[in-house]
Amino acid sequence: MSALLEITGLETHFHTRAGVVRAVDGLDLAVRAGEIVGIVGESGSGKSVASFSVLGLVDPPGRIVAGSIRFRGEELVGADPARLRRLRGREIAMIFQDPLMTLTPVLRIETQMVEAIRAHERVSAKAARARAIEALARVGIPAPAERIRAYPHQFSGGMRQRVAIAIALLHSPALILADEPTTALDVTIQGQILYEMQRLVAETGAALVWVSHDLAVVESLADRVCVMYAGRIVEEGPAEEVVAAPAHPYTRGLLDSLPGGALAGARLRQIPGMTPSLLDLPPGCPFAPRCPIATAACASEPPIVAIAPGRSVRCHAPLVRQEAA
Amino acid sequence: MVLFIVRRALQAGLVLLAVSLVVFTGLYAVGDPADILLPDDATAAEREAAIVALGLDRPIWTQYGIFLANALQGDLGTSFVFNIPSITLIFQRMPATLELALCAMLIALVIGVPLGLYAGLKPGSRADSAIVTGSILGFSLPNFWQGLMLILVFSIFLGWLPSSGRGETGTILGIETSLATWDGIRHLILPATNLALFKVALMIRLTRAQVRETMPLDFVKFARAKGMGESRIVGLHVGKTIAAPIVTVLGMELGSVIAFAVITESIFAWPGMGKLIIDSINNLDRPVVAAYLLVVTFLFIVINLVVDVLYSLLDPRVRLGRRA
Repeated sequence: MSALLEITGLETHFHTRAGVVRAVDGLDLAVRAGEIVGIVGESGSGKSVASFSVLGLVDPPGRIVAGSIRFRGEELVGADPARLRRLRGREIAMIFQDPLMTLTPVLRIETQMVEAIRAHERVSAKAARARAIEALARVGIPAPAERIRAYPHQFSGGMRQRVAIAIALLHSPALILADEPTTALDVTIQGQILYEMQRLVAETGAALVWVSHDLAVVESLADRVCVMYAGRIVEEGPAEEVVAAPAHPYTRGLLDSLPGGALAGARLRQIPGMTPSLLDLPPGCPFAPRCPIATAACASEPPIVAIAPGRSVRCHAPLVRQEAA
Repeated sequence: MVLFIVRRALQAGLVLLAVSLVVFTGLYAVGDPADILLPDDATAAEREAAIVALGLDRPIWTQYGIFLANALQGDLGTSFVFNIPSITLIFQRMPATLELALCAMLIALVIGVPLGLYAGLKPGSRADSAIVTGSILGFSLPNFWQGLMLILVFSIFLGWLPSSGRGETGTILGIETSLATWDGIRHLILPATNLALFKVALMIRLTRAQVRETMPLDFVKFARAKGMGESRIVGLHVGKTIAAPIVTVLGMELGSVIAFAVITESIFAWPGMGKLIIDSINNLDRPVVAAYLLVVTFLFIVINLVVDVLYSLLDPRVRLGRRA
């Protein structure tokens, strides 16, 4: 079965005065229809830029300089802007990180939902409104027929994110890109939204790419997880396997820094150093300067090592070796 | 809303009272009108009679009290110079100033906002630099100099437009205005442009800054991610967001243009309120100055009220009648 979304060798760079920021630097990713893929990485690892690249929404000075993004076999890099506009919202929807900022403050929810429907379908305003109310009901907004007349500031953060999700689901897109949609919410709301998303994706059969810095969240949600570091994927595999036995030292570091796994009262370990400046990455493995097990070999480009079917790691010295090869 | 307007009206009354007090005291301190009004060879008896006739012999508090009591009945005093009620004098001149001010603001709006929008959408482009540079000229060249240059170029060199006066006026809806005749409009173009140049520059700057501030916001990106076309995003999402601050500034500027069109009116010999007030200050024509300032204060209050109401209509997060 061919992939719904296939990204190969994607490079999105920002040409700034200080130099070229390689936000996404050789990303390979495939998403199958109906699949939930988690992309995990620290701030600045390029995960948000990667999802904006798919929609062709990278703000200048950012630009896709190389690689290919195929959606249902159709090349999106360099595609006609009008074609991209028709795909956005209809085939590929996106949910943003900060629900307080995603809805236009001066327009009613109704206006924003109806226009989203009518951007892609010729329907009467009345029919569009009825559909919008239905969509709000589906994401669990009480009294949607009244609430649709409200302005965004009259909703709480969690409710606004539900509205954003309702908008994303309006056209039953084949692919939803969710850019840390629960990060700005408090933990109980986060759980609810995660649950709703899982349910809705299962109902509609949409594929979901869930970008997050939180490996625990991704593990509970995703079928497959990709760990991103400095603009590329360093480890990929089924969620439980990656969490149970991380192969890349960076994934290991991320897991060690999570509370819960460690003994109560024990100090959490942290990854030393900071995400490297994407302005001047060292040659070879970009994680090497922070890696506890780095060797001289890490100064050269690490190979992609397949560990198991569907599991690979980009490392000279993966923590998990090929089993029963 | 009703509560809001009632409270505003009460506040307006207090403001007018305060302004009248300041104006009255200020004028009292400036000088004695009898010195200016009377011929140099007036006798002491003539002088005494004039002072009594003008009511200047009474203590200031009494004068103020009389002034206030009359003002409440709509009588803001009689001009020392013209010997007609000062309020009549002002209302005679007001249409000329209002049409000038409104035309200037209209020019600022229809030229400044689109240019600012365009520049803001394409920051760093050649058009942007050209527009911004133009707005710097609009800001920094002195208003009177701009006026003189307009006359020099369009009236003297090219001979296209008249340089002074109001031209032929007609009446539209019972108001006497230059806009009613072609001759009047020709007379209006140069002074209105002169008055508008600074405001155009201001509108360009303001709109450009607002657009540049709004475009990178998430909701613009989200609208794009919904598949909205750029024209609707700019026209509705961004347009409505930046409309509120633009309306606010427009309102404030309208007030200041009405009140302080003095320079333009002087250069173009425009028979508006600005010229009247300058003449009245020179002649120490107290009732006219006081009445003028009160009328202008009132205009500002009304404009501010309108702006507040518009603001609440444009930005739903602003609710009237609630204390900040």
